[in-house]
Amino acid sequence: MSADSSHDTGHEPGHEVINARTDALLADPGLPDHVWRPTDVDAKAEKRAERQVATLFGLSAICTVLFVVFYITLETGVDGPTIIGLGASNVALGVSLGLALLLIGIGVIQWARKLMGDHEISELRHPASSSEGDRAETLAALNAGLEESGIGRRPLVRNTLLGSVALLAAPAVVMLRDLGPLPNEVVGEYEGAGLHHTVWRKGMRVVRDVVGTPVKASDLEIGDLLNAEPEALFPTAENGLPELSGAELQIAKSKAALVMLRMDPNDIVSPVTRNWSVNGIVAYSKICTHVGCPISLNERTTHNLLCPCHQSTFDLADSGKVVFGPAGRHLPQLPLGVDDEGYLIALSDFLEPVGPSFWERNTKSPSEVAKGLS
Amino acid sequence: MRFLNRSAGRLSRYRRGPVAGLVVLLLGLLLSGGVYAAVSPSSSASSAASDDALVKQGRELFLVGCAFCHGQNGEGQVDINGKLIGPSLAGVGAAAVDFQVGTGRMPLARPGQQGPVKRDAYSEDEIAALAAYVASLAPGPAIPTSADYSTEGMTEQEKQEAIVRGGQIFLTNCTACHNFTGAGGAMPRGGYAPRILDTSPRHIYEAMLTGPGPMDNFSNGNLSPEEKRDVIAYIQSMKEQPGYGGFSLGNLGPVSEGMFAWLVGLGICVAFAVWIAAHTTRSSKKKELQA
Repeated sequence: MSADSSHDTGHEPGHEVINARTDALLADPGLPDHVWRPTDVDAKAEKRAERQVATLFGLSAICTVLFVVFYITLETGVDGPTIIGLGASNVALGVSLGLALLLIGIGVIQWARKLMGDHEISELRHPASSSEGDRAETLAALNAGLEESGIGRRPLVRNTLLGSVALLAAPAVVMLRDLGPLPNEVVGEYEGAGLHHTVWRKGMRVVRDVVGTPVKASDLEIGDLLNAEPEALFPTAENGLPELSGAELQIAKSKAALVMLRMDPNDIVSPVTRNWSVNGIVAYSKICTHVGCPISLNERTTHNLLCPCHQSTFDLADSGKVVFGPAGRHLPQLPLGVDDEGYLIALSDFLEPVGPSFWERNTKSPSEVAKGLS
Repeated sequence: MRFLNRSAGRLSRYRRGPVAGLVVLLLGLLLSGGVYAAVSPSSSASSAASDDALVKQGRELFLVGCAFCHGQNGEGQVDINGKLIGPSLAGVGAAAVDFQVGTGRMPLARPGQQGPVKRDAYSEDEIAALAAYVASLAPGPAIPTSADYSTEGMTEQEKQEAIVRGGQIFLTNCTACHNFTGAGGAMPRGGYAPRILDTSPRHIYEAMLTGPGPMDNFSNGNLSPEEKRDVIAYIQSMKEQPGYGGFSLGNLGPVSEGMFAWLVGLGICVAFAVWIAAHTTRSSKKKELQA
């Protein structure tokens, strides 16, 4: 145990014994002898490596220039040229820029491996914390500052400061409050504005999405699914509805979208769904009540509508009840009827807000919601 | 009664008139034609006599290959627990048979969530016979002809318009399950919506018409025949389009693309780094110290 006192000055006292033993058994061999690379000992190899690296960098530069050339010359779009069934422009740009970057990378690695010095060295780590003296000094300065400010001795000053700073939130609130009404307070600006209403109203015809043709109840067969919108989105001279445009059109479209199916009337479970259906044709909001993805992924055999975003599943035979997934409430159903010519119409707007939850929204069961239809 | 007698009497005055024979003949023809039209099972059925042999052949094939699950008369079968083994085929029509058997989905190799596409077990003629037999059970959609789904004879302009219209309809009604490149996707309880890019136009048409498995149908009252043709034109045009965005990786979206980036992309980088570190040639010579 006498050998340990001669070195080990940097070690903590607890480790001395162990170090003493291992040191005694296995002396630190130090770093192995450096083995030279061919480029270190052979001037020709060194020159060759230098040329290789320079060539790689040069090729990279050529690729970059080619990128610019391709970008300007190759046409994009449907009529653009193609390579092996892929758009030529994208392939050329990707390959040239990719090679430009890759060649710089390979060149740098080659440089480091062949030419830069590669002597092994060992560096000892230093403690990360400041010295005891620095720490004590800093704490003393901080305490002196606190003492001199008298924040502990003068509660009146402290409390008024806290109060005045807290009150600075008020201008922010007042100014932000004035930016506009909250989304749920938007009402009456235009047809179906705000979160509580859509453009659907009593007697409005159901039309096919995209095509805009009205739907005759007798045309649908059991098992048919269709994606529908209100007639208001497809104004014609015949129906005389006003033209919607811009944000108003987008809002109307996104909130009023329907997914409809005709099922065997005997499959319908809930009395509300049966009341609001026509010959087994039911209409639901297409907007998921979870976070508002549009859904039309339906299984004909089970009448289960699945939202592809988070797998919320709704039973369309049973008032859009949630049977699986994170959605918190059932899918709103639109009460359907037929007009004199046999076309499907809405009997009213949705009787509850469509889409995801918001702060001021009530949750009602489908039978409670149905009481709103007079 | 008196009115009838009186009008019959009035009519009978003309019974020996010059045109009486012609009128009676016309009436007889109209009546028999009308009765035939009302009674004949389907407007698509061609002449009944030539169909009989086909139906008979179909029934024989049906009894061997299909009756085990669908019942000896296509009435459907349930097991002792009331679980459906094979659904009733009344009213599914020739189109459903042509689709299910023509794509190899039927006969099923084994029970399961969904019948996979496989090699056809029956020849074209046998499928036609089976279809004729099933169509004879109850009226249902007929097999569409190429006139229903082909864009032949349209001008280039009309074809483009059809593709655009079909694209909009496809994106609204089909993409939820089949993915907006038609690559298909997963469905609840282990099912899947198949890839439809390689499906023949006739089979796509039949699938829309009949709604195979858990798929909803798009009957002619729902999606008109012209709209179906447009959708098919769009799907065909998608197939012909080169990949402008580069390799599609199956067009399955961020999951396959992310997996490719993480496993293949990063994997290559890591392997490259390991390879670099492992290989540095060393020389056995010593450097002469110059300094």
